[in-house]
Amino acid sequence: MISQFFVLSQRGDHIVFRDYRGEVPKGSAEIFFRKVKFWNEDEAEEAPPVFNIDGVNYVHVKVAGLFFVVTTMVNISPSLLLELLQRIARVTKDYLGVLNEDSLRKNFILVYELLDEVIDFGYPQTTSTEALKSYIFNEPIMVDAGRLPPLGPAAMFMQGTKRMPGTAVTKSVVANEPGGKKREEIFVDIIEKISVTFSSSGYILTSEIDGTIQMKSYLSGNPEIRLALNEDLGIGKNSSSTHDYRSSSGGGSVVLDDCNFHESVQLDSFDIDRTLHLIPPDGEFPVMNYRMTQEFKPPFRVTALIEEAGPSRAEVLLKIRADFPANVTANTITVQMPVPSYTMRASFELEAGAVGQTTDFKEGTRRLEWNLKKIVGGSEHTLRAKLTFSQETHGNLTKEAGPVNMNFTIPMYNASKLQVRYLQIAKKSKTYNPYRWVRYVTQANSYVARL
Amino acid sequence: MAPTAPSPAKSASPSQPSGKSEVSDLKQQLRQLAGSRAPDADDQRRDVFKRVISCMTAGIDVSAAFGEMVLCSATSDVVLKKMCYLYVGVHARAHPDLALLTINFLQRDCRDQDPTIRGLALRSLCSLRVPNLVEYLVTPLTTGLKDPSAYVRMVAAVGAAKLYHISATTCLDADLPAALKALMLSDPDAQVVANCLHSLLEIWTLEAANSEAAGREIETLYSKPVVFYLLNKIKEFSEWAQCHVLELASKFIPSDNNEIFDIMNLLEDRLQHANGAVVLATIKVFLHLTMSMTDVHQQVYERIKAPLLTLVGAGSPEQSYSVLCHLHLLVMRAPMLFSSDYKSFYCQFSDPSYVKKLKLEMLTAIANESNTYEIVTELCEYAGNVDVPIARESIRAVGKIALQQYDVNAIVDRLLQFLEMDKDYVTAETLVLVKDLLRKYPQWSHDCIAVVGNISSQNIQEPKGKAALIWMLGEYSQDMHDAPYVLENLVDNWDEEQSPEVRLHLLTAVMKCFFKRPPETQKALGATLAAGLADTHQDVHDRALFYYRLLQYDPAVAERVVNPPKQAVSVFADTQSSEIKDRIFDEFNSLSVVYQKPSYMFTDKEHRGTFEYSEDLANLTVGAEAPETVISAQRYQESDNDLLLSTSDKEDSGIRSSNGSYTSTYNAPSDLLSSQTPAETALINPSSSTYSTQTNFSLDDLLGLGVPDAPAPPPPPALALNSKPVLDPATFQKKWGQLALSFSQECSLSPQGAASLMNPQSLIRHMQSNYIQCIASGGQPPNYKFYFYGQKAGAAAFYLVECIVNTASAKAQLKIKAEDGTTAEAFSTLFQSVLSQFGHS
Repeated sequence: MISQFFVLSQRGDHIVFRDYRGEVPKGSAEIFFRKVKFWNEDEAEEAPPVFNIDGVNYVHVKVAGLFFVVTTMVNISPSLLLELLQRIARVTKDYLGVLNEDSLRKNFILVYELLDEVIDFGYPQTTSTEALKSYIFNEPIMVDAGRLPPLGPAAMFMQGTKRMPGTAVTKSVVANEPGGKKREEIFVDIIEKISVTFSSSGYILTSEIDGTIQMKSYLSGNPEIRLALNEDLGIGKNSSSTHDYRSSSGGGSVVLDDCNFHESVQLDSFDIDRTLHLIPPDGEFPVMNYRMTQEFKPPFRVTALIEEAGPSRAEVLLKIRADFPANVTANTITVQMPVPSYTMRASFELEAGAVGQTTDFKEGTRRLEWNLKKIVGGSEHTLRAKLTFSQETHGNLTKEAGPVNMNFTIPMYNASKLQVRYLQIAKKSKTYNPYRWVRYVTQANSYVARL
Repeated sequence: MAPTAPSPAKSASPSQPSGKSEVSDLKQQLRQLAGSRAPDADDQRRDVFKRVISCMTAGIDVSAAFGEMVLCSATSDVVLKKMCYLYVGVHARAHPDLALLTINFLQRDCRDQDPTIRGLALRSLCSLRVPNLVEYLVTPLTTGLKDPSAYVRMVAAVGAAKLYHISATTCLDADLPAALKALMLSDPDAQVVANCLHSLLEIWTLEAANSEAAGREIETLYSKPVVFYLLNKIKEFSEWAQCHVLELASKFIPSDNNEIFDIMNLLEDRLQHANGAVVLATIKVFLHLTMSMTDVHQQVYERIKAPLLTLVGAGSPEQSYSVLCHLHLLVMRAPMLFSSDYKSFYCQFSDPSYVKKLKLEMLTAIANESNTYEIVTELCEYAGNVDVPIARESIRAVGKIALQQYDVNAIVDRLLQFLEMDKDYVTAETLVLVKDLLRKYPQWSHDCIAVVGNISSQNIQEPKGKAALIWMLGEYSQDMHDAPYVLENLVDNWDEEQSPEVRLHLLTAVMKCFFKRPPETQKALGATLAAGLADTHQDVHDRALFYYRLLQYDPAVAERVVNPPKQAVSVFADTQSSEIKDRIFDEFNSLSVVYQKPSYMFTDKEHRGTFEYSEDLANLTVGAEAPETVISAQRYQESDNDLLLSTSDKEDSGIRSSNGSYTSTYNAPSDLLSSQTPAETALINPSSSTYSTQTNFSLDDLLGLGVPDAPAPPPPPALALNSKPVLDPATFQKKWGQLALSFSQECSLSPQGAASLMNPQSLIRHMQSNYIQCIASGGQPPNYKFYFYGQKAGAAAFYLVECIVNTASAKAQLKIKAEDGTTAEAFSTLFQSVLSQFGHS
């Protein structure tokens, strides 16, 4: 049973505050905020999402820079609360189009309306955007999405790809378009977070892909949808045994370790033809989550070297090679490398003719930072840095620096080779031809090269 | 026409001076709008209402505007209505008299044409929380439960629980629980059903404290008809209601294995759900149902691994944290089952530190012969990490793995390499570990001392590290050439040493050193004792004084005190008792798992609620069909006895079928699990008993085994046993406690019998075939413990037996208690002959 739900801004202001059971003592939001803000400050640790102060359990998620919090007095499932918080955030986003402090503040009455229906006396009721429609009477007040910094995985499509109308993904599921007519369209995003660890000699130590097929439907009348995936898709580690004779990285079949599905998905023919049938509910939702530890070709090869160059100097060489086709471009790439704590200065030397690259030495955290606006497939980039130390180095520099960590986003690329073969929408009439957007994107989750 | 405003004293709180003027301004505007019939009046009201609620959200006290808000609420605008209801719901308690004003229009709205309005009004009506107004709630609630609209019924179902909280008697007098129960079993709408279940559980759980009938009502909710009815509808429920139904099902006590498999097959696809809460709730059902079936239980672990790992990867970091906490619990219980998945627990760059800590603990737990090299290599990478707390934890993890006895040789080398890294925190952590390692493996002292001797104590700032170094200097002063001089140096800086812990260690180390190398240390000892006696810290002062007097009394005695021959430490104390761990496992899929504490440690009594209570029930219930036994068992178990029952015993009791025949595979999984916890097994002497036997021994004390033997009766005629005796664990325990010991003897097993006793089941089956039933069993090779019973054919008298078997010596210790003393010896003979036949069949 949930006692309270509230949303706090980064500064701790209440944006909405709803008490369902009146059993938690006053000031819980302030107690929560103080605890999160000053959690073990010396060790710079983050507060865990679940903690207990004086018998009150506080459970929170951070969404769009805001704290979504519930409190409870009873020993309830933490996953239920965390999933619910995330879902409330998503439903709110479905209604408001954009989820941020500004949009929430403008629409807080609507959010209260939602909260009234989503939770009653601490018991979760319905979180379906569609079912909620009939009980929500406020019209969402739109905020200008254009001025906002991009948020969430969908935002990455706004730059680069011309095919995508920029505001589409930030449009409310319920609000009508200015013209009064809703555009019939559906978005299917294949989002993959990849984690790779390279050893100092460049071997892949571990690699994993966590993927989601996310859908956001603006279709009216809930038509049935068929989503076909790779025909030879294998699921479960054991299923790979029959395919082993093919080279696993050279265009063989895709084998997922495991996957799970949204409630609306019918799996009747999934085992036969790898097709998902579903009637998509309104709003955004994950159709399928999957995990793959099968070997795959990492999009970037990272090489990092650090060598002594005199008694209190060292040289760093960072090299990245983009191992993907030339028609694909990665963007917002950041490479970070921690350097010895006694580093005083760093001077950088970019390759000749470098465009859109910046470098920085973060003194506080003793890190080198290298930012690249974009990297075209097949290209290679290097950075040299000279470090000056405040003392003589002793022994092993590689133990005092690194590992190198990389962040990037690659639109229209997916490392797993999982594909949507087709997306079929049951036709209502001959002229019915809604827009379909199938988009792929790969992001770094933990992309690390050791020294 | 405006009502008089509440007195100023009641208005905005003094801490919000800026709010005060705002509130009076709002009041003003509301008053003006109250009677307005202007076409845009509703829009204006909306604006003002919004501002009021905005103030309320910000924590400004707007209760002063209550009267005005109520006046403005007589409107047909739904948005306005909702804002007003929200406001009234928050403030009605403080203004019970004014709240009465709202009753009228809420009641009217409860009869509105539009079901949405009816539901809305009913919900608000029940949310007023004003005790004086409960009389107005009953009729709308009763009609609401029969409303044609599912939305209204849904609201009414929760409303009943709200009413119970305001006035329990009103709710019960109106017979609302009965209506809820009827609705739960008949309503076509799944959410109505779910809400009825919520309310019934809440009402009866609270009511159970003062009524036995309520206990029976809860019992019905956990009975087969209700649980199966709900489970069969599982897919109709919302994800959240599914979680609740699954929680209910996890407390269900099936009567046979078919029921268990039926439930598991029905719920199998829930493990593929994208919602982590549904998956975890399903896992709880699976784990709890299969507690008694070791093999299936282990299969469940295998089955749930992949879904859990997928959930860790999907979703937000917060969601994966919760799942990871549950994985952590499972890994700690059965590390062997996860030993090949170690790569899944490697820390990722993006993991927050609370996730990394969990992963390090898991890596430590699953390390075994096959993966230690990889795991330790990975951990060593983290030791150089920029994230200092994680670097420390990683070093500790390496040390713990070394203490688990895998690959100690290589690990010691690595630890010594850490010392060469020359980072103060790394050195400090490593020294502490080296110290612990030496306490367990004194044979490594030579290698370690060589390296440790090179470390300058001046480079170590952290008290723990420094204390560890000083301990080694004292303990191994005979092997470290400059030990006396290093110690002397340290003593010279006595006054600068901040930490009393370090000073205490210094005192002891110098003493030790003195007895090993007297001429070199004598000067330092004098200085140390002088400094210690002058120390302002009580403990340091006292220890110095103690040493001083000891030396004065007799140096030989002092040496025996300070430098006794030391035994290697074989077991480092486990921080958490297995009882607590089992408790947490019982509370799977709850906050207990995240906190790693059972709920009684962080939850108020009044809020233990359904989870806690029903769980006790699960332990006590013997069969849904026998409510009377349940109640009596319940009362009995309220005594402290059950606190000492190990979980394995409790779970065994749960699985007993109602017709008295026992499932043959009902041995508790705790042996499976404990035998696979390296942390436990590795550190326990092979001869010592396992945890389950230990807990059983503590039970013995409680059961009063000090009772003297009863005089042996004359030899009775041969005894025939009832083929199907019925005895539930609670009664067994009670009888065991009441009866005096008839026999206590040792007998032998045949060598074949001892050899074939690979697990408790084999013996249990053998005894069963001779009409002797087992009620609880536990242990692992070579020690097993059983509680058996039998019943004299055609009589009510039971025989109870405690039987401890040691397969290594092929001996069994028997303790027999009999209700009918005259036949006790006959039973004993029978039992022994049956036991000796074991292995011959």
